[in-house]
Amino acid sequence: MKSLLPLLAVLAAASVFGIWFRRTRGEFRRRKTVDGPRLTPDQIGIALGERVTMVQFSSAFCSPCRATRVLLEQMVQTMPDVEYVHIDAESHLELVRQLNILSTPTTLFLNRDGTEVGRAMGTPKRSQVLTAVAAVQ
Amino acid sequence: MSSVTSVKTIEIDARGPRFSAVITTLVLALALVTESIWVIAFQAVVFAIGATKGPQFTPYAFIYRSLIKPRLKSPLRTEDVRPPKFAQLIGLAFALVAVVGAAIGTSVVFTVAVAFALAAAFLNAAFDFCLGCQVYLILVRIRKA
Repeated sequence: MKSLLPLLAVLAAASVFGIWFRRTRGEFRRRKTVDGPRLTPDQIGIALGERVTMVQFSSAFCSPCRATRVLLEQMVQTMPDVEYVHIDAESHLELVRQLNILSTPTTLFLNRDGTEVGRAMGTPKRSQVLTAVAAVQ
Repeated sequence: MSSVTSVKTIEIDARGPRFSAVITTLVLALALVTESIWVIAFQAVVFAIGATKGPQFTPYAFIYRSLIKPRLKSPLRTEDVRPPKFAQLIGLAFALVAVVGAAIGTSVVFTVAVAFALAAAFLNAAFDFCLGCQVYLILVRIRKA
């Protein structure tokens, strides 16, 4: 038996990070600058939604990506002015770099012009999706 | 890398890797406290099995299937095998660094490497943290810079 200090330090630091991580997943974060990047139908592969377009980036080694996709595909069916598109991040690295996407799933919320209003990292709750969609003007 | 990027999708019981993460956390905590090269070497072998054959073939998965699963009442939830398999590969990398650190007598390298592996395993066990979600895209972005 050597020192217990490294063990306690790791568990304490990981717990603080874990609680913060859990709390912030799925949260809609509005862009601080007025104009976010603007995406075209060519870049995302579908026509823009009448009011909102949700663009989800996923990767292969990501369990919550599937849950996010299922939720958003289902929710978009009841929202006639909202479109949803799913993009594999690895095969769209150019776009990933341009938009500075670091983790998956990341969902961007675009307005009618294709300008990013905000984004959510991790699987959002239904209520968080509704908040994000309502926040897009 | 080639073994984990295979296209075929295999589905496994999602509770298995979570249980394995609990055992992994305990083993890595033991390695950190005892500073034993044998404990981390054992865990490195487990990670190697998980990263190559798959997390459903490790000794921990065997314990899960034979002792835990028959007693569970929660409904079966399956997941793609690739995310936990990728996490095993990251764990293997840290464990190997720790083994080398201990072998050449640099205890700082050992302690830091085991600490990172422990943090990841603990986050997975306690918070359902998905390592692949956070690091895979960054690795791809660096590799194809």
